[in-house]
Amino acid sequence: MTEILNITNLTITPKSAPNRLLVNNVSLTLSAGKTTCIVGESGSGKSLTALSIMGLLSSQLQAQGSIKFQGNEITKLDNKALQSIRGAKIGMIFQEPMTSLNPVLTVGYQIGETLTAHLGLKGAALKEKISALLTQVGIPVERANSYPDELSGGQRQRVMIAMSIACEPLLLIADEPTTALDVTVQAQILQLLDALKTRMNMAMLFITHDFGVVADIADDVIVMFRGEIVETGTKQQILSKPKHPYTKALLACVPDAEGKKQLKPIDYAWLKEDKAAA
Amino acid sequence: MSEVILQASNLVKTYTQAAGRFGFATSQIKALDDVSIALKAGTTLAVVGESGSGKSTLARCLLQLQPFDSGKVLFQGQDLAKLHGDDLRSMRKHLQMVFQDPFASLNPRMKIGEIVGEGLLIHGLGSKAEQQEKVHRMLQRVGLEVADTQKYPHQFSGGQRQRIGIARALVLEPKVVVCDEPVSALDVSVQAQILLLLKDLQREMNLSYVFISHDLRVVRHIADEIVVMNKGKIVEHGAVADVYNAPQQTYTQQLLSAIPGRKAA
Ligand SMILES: Nc1ncnc2c1ncn2[C@@H]1O[C@H](COP(=O)(O)OP(=O)(O)OP(=O)(O)O)[C@@H](O)[C@H]1O
Ligand SMILES: Nc1ncnc2c1ncn2[C@@H]1O[C@H](COP(=O)(O)OP(=O)(O)OP(=O)(O)O)[C@@H](O)[C@H]1O
Ligand SMILES: [Mg+2]
Ligand SMILES: [Mg+2]
Repeated sequence: MTEILNITNLTITPKSAPNRLLVNNVSLTLSAGKTTCIVGESGSGKSLTALSIMGLLSSQLQAQGSIKFQGNEITKLDNKALQSIRGAKIGMIFQEPMTSLNPVLTVGYQIGETLTAHLGLKGAALKEKISALLTQVGIPVERANSYPDELSGGQRQRVMIAMSIACEPLLLIADEPTTALDVTVQAQILQLLDALKTRMNMAMLFITHDFGVVADIADDVIVMFRGEIVETGTKQQILSKPKHPYTKALLACVPDAEGKKQLKPIDYAWLKEDKAAA
Repeated sequence: MSEVILQASNLVKTYTQAAGRFGFATSQIKALDDVSIALKAGTTLAVVGESGSGKSTLARCLLQLQPFDSGKVLFQGQDLAKLHGDDLRSMRKHLQMVFQDPFASLNPRMKIGEIVGEGLLIHGLGSKAEQQEKVHRMLQRVGLEVADTQKYPHQFSGGQRQRIGIARALVLEPKVVVCDEPVSALDVSVQAQILLLLKDLQREMNLSYVFISHDLRVVRHIADEIVVMNKGKIVEHGAVADVYNAPQQTYTQQLLSAIPGRKAA
């Protein structure tokens, strides 16, 4: 199988507090045609890991370690070189759409910009492609004229999805891409991404809190806790035979659709004892 | 039977989408098409529905954060549109909102302590020390730390920002909170913690919630009643158990059967 991305010993700390390990010694490999889901605690470093692949970490943070895309080290690339990879070869759906959409440009214009920059599309061909992308994500084509703040939360998220797949990237990084979508639209989007993965043999890194989504789309699963990867495995291994106490505890919190199971957050005191015993 | 604390009658809201450079024509979007809801004191009313069906628009109209074309909203029997100036401001303390997009709703130049404490300051609730104490307690209850008061919004993760928005609304001890996708960015453990917190506060203070969510598992756990929206209209309304066990509308049936993970389970 073709390896698309290799991260080795990635560590991220604030420049002002180099001892605070926001991401601690993370290594992972993504392969063509595979979907890898990252699940884990809120604040465990999932988004920072994703952003560092794109070279988009905040200037207040510093990263160490190696990130290789198709065998080439990309941590040392300058902004211009990174920009030609971003969008064209690596697509990203950001966790908060408004942080990456430009509020003063229509969404049609923003999707078009990507297409012109990377594929050279113009005129009628451009308009056609924009319409096709919007239709694929379930947004009426006339909404190309909308500014981001004229769209609903889920529509904005879908505009981002359209932009990220516009150039059919080799690697798609999706950070909670369906959190604002109802289940029917979510199902449509997951199918779209899955079909793209199969047709283009794309590698997908998919960050989510929703174990239902994991069950539907993951091949492999990575579990993060306090900046570290605590467990990796196939979907079947993680969902039905989790090994690490955190994974077990997290799975025990998944709510049921019948409302019978009691809501109960993780008891971290228990987690510590269990870890010591293991 | 408890009293109705917030009532919306026949709300209509239409947006006009201008024509643009791509030559697509002008269009009218009916985001709310004759929507009426009644929220009973001390209960939770969930609003579910397709992306773009008008849920966030309803949320903003309920709290007078956005004008609507026609209809009215009564809070404890008072027409909110008829309140102005100080009256409206003092009413606002009782009506809080948790916004769908946490990042866009937090002022990037304010520290978290200031953001969460701003309402207490504006409404002059308690001494400075009491305000600080309340902010600290509430941050801890949503799983953040006292030290976080000194940080800015961009220094947090998505789920942490969402919890800041929740703390900001709850610290005022309001009567009604409209929560727009309040737990969508939280891992299932923190999500359970926040849902339990909302329930505890409901018991302690007889709080009422309008709870917008696309996650039907979460809704099942938190709501008493549920309304289902589709294309600006309410298509189904009932007690949560009834709607889950015997959905009347095809759209509701589709929603319930599309809960992810079911096909693998
Ligand atoms: N600019 C920054 N300065 C300092 N700390 C930061 C900064 N950005 C993020 N952090 C911290 O780094 C940790 C990891 O953040 P990250 O956004 O990767 O979490 P996450 O796993 O994506 O969480 P969530 O599920 O809530 O989105 C968090 O504790 C966060 O507070
Ligand atoms: N300012 C605006 N101008 C034009 N159209 C708007 C504006 N705000 C919202 N809309 C449109 O009104 C409809 C309802 O939007 P709303 O945000 O209420 O939906 P929602 O149910 O909250 O969706 P989501 O689940 O995706 O957040 C959508 O089609 C949206 O594009
Ligand atoms: Mg994140
Ligand atoms: Mg919304």
